[in-house]
Amino acid sequence: MTGEECPLFEAGHRACGGCAAALAARAILDAAGRDTIIVSATGCMEVFSTPYPETAWKVPWIHSLFENNSAVASGISAALKKQGRREKVIALGGDGATFDIGMLCLSGAFERGHDFVYICYDNEAYMNTGIQRSGATPYDASTTTSPAGRCSMGNRRPKKDLPAILAAHGAPYVATATIAYLPDLKKKVRKALDTEGPCYVQVHAPCCTGWGFEGEKTLAIARLAVETGLFVSYEMENGQVTRVKKVARKPVEEYLKEQRRFRHLFRPKRNDEEIAKIQAIADRNAEKFGIDIKLKK
Amino acid sequence: MMEIMEGSHAVAHAVRMCRPDVIAAYPITPQTHIVEALAEMVANCTLDSEYITVESEFSALSACLGASAAGSRVYSATTSQGLALMFEVCFNTAGMRLPVVMSIVNRALGAPLSIWNDQQDSISLRDAGWLQFYAEDNQEATDLHYIAYRVAEDRRVLLPAFVCFDGFILSHTYEPVEMLAQDQVDGYLPRYQPVIKLDSTDPVSLGLFASPDYYMEFRYQIDRALKDSGKVIREAGRLFGEMFGRDYGSPVEEYRMDDADCAIVAMGSICGTIKDAIDEMREEGRRAGLLRIRTFRPFPGEEVRKALSGVSSVAVLDKNISLGSKGAVALEVRDALYGSGVPVHGYIIALGGRDVAKKDVRNVVEMAMAGKGDIFYGLRREVLE
Repeated sequence: MTGEECPLFEAGHRACGGCAAALAARAILDAAGRDTIIVSATGCMEVFSTPYPETAWKVPWIHSLFENNSAVASGISAALKKQGRREKVIALGGDGATFDIGMLCLSGAFERGHDFVYICYDNEAYMNTGIQRSGATPYDASTTTSPAGRCSMGNRRPKKDLPAILAAHGAPYVATATIAYLPDLKKKVRKALDTEGPCYVQVHAPCCTGWGFEGEKTLAIARLAVETGLFVSYEMENGQVTRVKKVARKPVEEYLKEQRRFRHLFRPKRNDEEIAKIQAIADRNAEKFGIDIKLKK
Repeated sequence: MMEIMEGSHAVAHAVRMCRPDVIAAYPITPQTHIVEALAEMVANCTLDSEYITVESEFSALSACLGASAAGSRVYSATTSQGLALMFEVCFNTAGMRLPVVMSIVNRALGAPLSIWNDQQDSISLRDAGWLQFYAEDNQEATDLHYIAYRVAEDRRVLLPAFVCFDGFILSHTYEPVEMLAQDQVDGYLPRYQPVIKLDSTDPVSLGLFASPDYYMEFRYQIDRALKDSGKVIREAGRLFGEMFGRDYGSPVEEYRMDDADCAIVAMGSICGTIKDAIDEMREEGRRAGLLRIRTFRPFPGEEVRKALSGVSSVAVLDKNISLGSKGAVALEVRDALYGSGVPVHGYIIALGGRDVAKKDVRNVVEMAMAGKGDIFYGLRREVLE
């Protein structure tokens, strides 16, 4: 049995109501099936799913450290090869584990070409430790270590382009996906698993607690990220962008105004200059990936 | 068969005969000859292992951890800075009860940078939960790898093990070594049968986090397993002796200790020089002896106390220092002898490759007999001025 009947990522874990990462975990395992070994990095997902003596995972699962899931996955992949076993290996990590502290292990594992899939659930900050900025935090987001203040508009740097970095390692398949479109997410996970070599899937996973919105709005927020062009859902095969989700774009402020982390752009007074900079990021995304649906006049 | 071999190559051949499924290693002086030799064996199909050329020591041990959790026998080798980079994974490997075996080609830790020998690297990981063996010569460095796998993988133990031998002094030195044949090793070392492993037909979760309600019990069990491994080491060492004639049943070696007045305590290759110095002193009628520690973890406190309780003075030679305190071996020996009234004098010696000659051993014995200790031995005063 798979899917709704008996999920491989079981209910009863301790994620917040409206947690996108938990939804992603369930979708990932729906797509991957039982013959999968999961290698989790330290982080929210690891903590909320495996407080000893309980576990939410009905597939073999291992957690070692924060920054070594790619290296642990390398070893597992090598061991399976030596033993002639056919299980698939998925390394799972948040954006802190993936973009920042685990980057060395990730780069090494991709360069060596192990047969595994790395899936990053990207909630754009260190949520497990209390919403500190990471290399995946977007421009102007207020976090506890990049707080908006009298002389700061929040995070000063744009998000690191990790998919491009991993594609540059020669990864045969790199994709971005979002919990807003679960069938698409599952399709991409399946495709990554069916592609030989190291593949990467980056899943946009809004965090209601860290971003500051009500848990019932998670899917709506995730959808707005796509619809404004701030998040682009695409696939790269052998370094070339092969598929992109097109949208009829909305202004970025429809996305920003829903979240506490961008509240300083609207209060105490609206900051048109900063909102325009973020709009420019979306515009560049739209141009780079060609996401705009051209309507016939 | 007796062969004249470089220490690193002898160890590499021993590792080959242990049939590791997965090897993950990163090159670092003076460990390189081992991992190069293993790579060559894999390239020539004389060793059937998956060899992962990782991008750091941190990943080397992490990959070993993963492969071990998937049910494979694994091997790595490192030293000094490489071992320091593995610090976090070392604690994790022991905590997850994975029987990884790793050669430590002992080398000093920076700063200042030094590629030469002392034992600061592995000693600094003494609290990590790994078994620690120290070899005196290349024969022992080789044999201890078979023993380490057998003990580490024993269901009563399930802990990782360091096999430590001195960088350059042993690793790059040619000595006669009696190499076992593959069928002999196969007869001694059974195939690894993991108790649990990552397996989709019987899924388990490994590496869960523990709340304050559970953490202490986990740590207690690791400590108990490490302490109890002393018995398994004795069994495995004795069996090795029965099968191949070289007995490793005791975690310590007593050399001319029967009527010794002053006992030296040390670990590793320095013990060869100490034995020669003791022979000379004995000829002069001085009753010196050596207690060599082969197993530093678990620490053989009872054996040490038994061996040293009759002497009038103990001189411990430490190739390491717990900065701000004392040498690690001296601290252990003092603890073992607590309440016995036997004076224990510590000497920090041979750090960063400083050579030790027989005369230095004689000087140490004289100082110990005179009650002078807890010093750095052999400092060049002109450099300090």
